Amino acid sequence: MASMTATRALAPVGAAGKLFAFGLDVGRALFRRPFQLREFIQQAWFIASVTIIPTALVAIPFGAVIALQVGGLIKQFGAQSFTGSASVLAVVQQAAPIATALLIAGAGGSAIAADLGARKIREELDAMMVLGIDPIQRLVVPRVLAAMLVAVFLNGLVSVVGVAGGYVFNVVLQDGTPGAYIASFTALAQLPDLWVGLVKATIFGLIAAVVAAYKGMNAAGGPKGVGDAVNESVVITFVLLFIVNFVISAIYLQVVPPKTG
Amino acid sequence: MGVEIKVENLTKSFGKQLIWGDVTLTVPAGEICVMLGPSGTGKSVFLKTLIGLLKPDQGSIIIEGTDIASCSEKELYEIRKLFGVLFQDGAMFGSMNLYDNVAFPLREHTKKSESEIRSIVMEKMDLVGLLGAEDKLPGEISGGMRKRAGLARALVLDPEIVLFDEPDSGLDPVRTAFLNQLIVDLNAQIDATFLIVTHDINTARTVPDNIGLLYHKHLAMFGPREMLLSSEEPVVRQFLNAQRVGPIGMSEEKDADELAAEADQELPPLPPIPMQLEPSNGIPRRSQREPGAWCRENGVTPPPGSFEENMTMTTGA
Repeated sequence: MASMTATRALAPVGAAGKLFAFGLDVGRALFRRPFQLREFIQQAWFIASVTIIPTALVAIPFGAVIALQVGGLIKQFGAQSFTGSASVLAVVQQAAPIATALLIAGAGGSAIAADLGARKIREELDAMMVLGIDPIQRLVVPRVLAAMLVAVFLNGLVSVVGVAGGYVFNVVLQDGTPGAYIASFTALAQLPDLWVGLVKATIFGLIAAVVAAYKGMNAAGGPKGVGDAVNESVVITFVLLFIVNFVISAIYLQVVPPKTG
Repeated sequence: MGVEIKVENLTKSFGKQLIWGDVTLTVPAGEICVMLGPSGTGKSVFLKTLIGLLKPDQGSIIIEGTDIASCSEKELYEIRKLFGVLFQDGAMFGSMNLYDNVAFPLREHTKKSESEIRSIVMEKMDLVGLLGAEDKLPGEISGGMRKRAGLARALVLDPEIVLFDEPDSGLDPVRTAFLNQLIVDLNAQIDATFLIVTHDINTARTVPDNIGLLYHKHLAMFGPREMLLSSEEPVVRQFLNAQRVGPIGMSEEKDADELAAEADQELPPLPPIPMQLEPSNGIPRRSQREPGAWCRENGVTPPPGSFEENMTMTTGA
C-alpha cells in the first residue's frame, strides 16, 4: 500500500524525467547526419503558414492594450515623453516572446503532436524504426529546429506589429506626440532587451516542439489517444513556457543593469 | 540466404502482468515458421520484441551473433536492416503515395539513382500485384491492397528475415489464399527466414515448415508442422483443429468445472494432415521436406487420409 502511494506520488517526477530524457535524445540526434533538410524546410514552411496570420492578429491588440495601459499610467506620472520607451520595453521583452509562445504551442505544437500521434497509432513510427530509421532524427529534429526558427521570426513580427500598434493607439487615441513616442524608444530600452526577447522565443520554440513531439510519439489507445496527446501537449507547454519566461526574466533583470534614462 | 533467430528464455511483462515467460525456440534459417495462439496471448508483442521495438524483461534474441535484447541502439538500427516487417495494417506512411512508400527505404539507406530505384520499386510492386496503383495514397486503397503494399516495402531492401503480423486478418478467403501462395513463392525465391504471426488455422496448416503455439503465458509447443498437426497434446490439438473441447475457453482458460464436465466427452479424431503449399512454379523450396517425412522418421502414424492430393480442408468438429 505504501509503495503504491509512493509510486503514484512519484509518477509526475517520472514523467518529467522521461520528457527530459527525450529532450536529450533529440539533442543527440541533432548532430547525427544526414540532416533532413527537406523535412526541415517543409516543416518550417508549414509551421509558419499556420502561425503568421494569427500571430499578427494577436500582436495588434496586444500592442494596443499595452499602449493604452502604460500610456494612461504614465500620463498620471506626467512622463508622457517616455510612453514610447515603456511600450517598446514591454512589447520586446515580454509581450512578443509570450505571444509567440502561445501561437507556437497552440498552432504549431498541436499540429506536431497530432501529426506524430496519428503516425504512432497507425504504427508508422514502428515501421520507420524497423526500416532502420530513427524517427527522432528523421521527424522530430527537423520539427524542433523548424519551430525554433519560426519562433524567432514570429518574435520579430510581434515586436514590429506590437510597437507599430502601440504607436497608432498612442498617437491617434491618446493624443501622444509622434516625435516623442519614437524619440523615447532608446531612452529606457536597450539592445540586450532585443536579444533576450530572441533568446526567449528560441527557447519557447524548442520547448513547445519537444513537448509536442514527446506527447505525440507516446500517444496510445487509438484516435482518442491522439486527441489526449494534443490536449496535454498544449497544456504542458503553456505551463512550462510561463515558468521558463519567469525564470529567464528574473535572471535577465539581475544580470543586465537597467538603462537609466 | 536467410538468417537464424535464436530465442532463449525470453520473458516479457507489462507492469505486473506477465505476457509470456521462458520462451525458447530457434527459427531455422530460410524456413517458414508460423506462430499461433489464441487472441490476446501476446503474439504481436512477441514479434515486436524480436525486432527490438519492445525490450524483454529477461532472455536473449541472438541474430548473427548480436543479442537484440541487450545491444546498443546503434547496433539495433544496423541489425534491423536485415529485417522486413509487414505490419497488421501495412503501416504505410499516410503522407506519401505507394511508390514513395516503397521507395522510402531505398532512398534512406542506399545511394541508388532514381532510375535504379524505379526499377526495383516496379519489380516489387509487380510481385505483389500492385502495378498501376503507384500514385494512390494509402488512404485511398483497400485494406488488402495496403497489406500488399506493405509487403512490397518490406521486401525492397532484400531482407534476410521477413516477419508478418497477421497477414490474413481482414482479408477474404480468396485473397488470403493468394497471399499465402505469394508467401511460399517468395520464400522459394529469396530464401529468407519467414515468421508469420496469425490465428488463421488454414494458413498454419498448409503454409509453414514449423509451427509454434503460444498459450497461457508460455510457448506450448514449437516444432515441425507435421509434429504439431499429429500431436495429441490437448492444447495443440484443440487449437489446430478449432475445437471447443479442450483446455482453451472463451476467456483464456476454462475453469475446473468446465473441464470436469468435458472429461468423458470423446475427442473427435484428428483430421488428416494436408499437403504443404508448394511454390507455384513447382520447384520445391530449399527448406521444404517431403510430405510425411517427419512422421516416418519419428515413427508417428499420421491421421488417416493425410497427404492425399485434393483432400478437403475440413477442420473443426
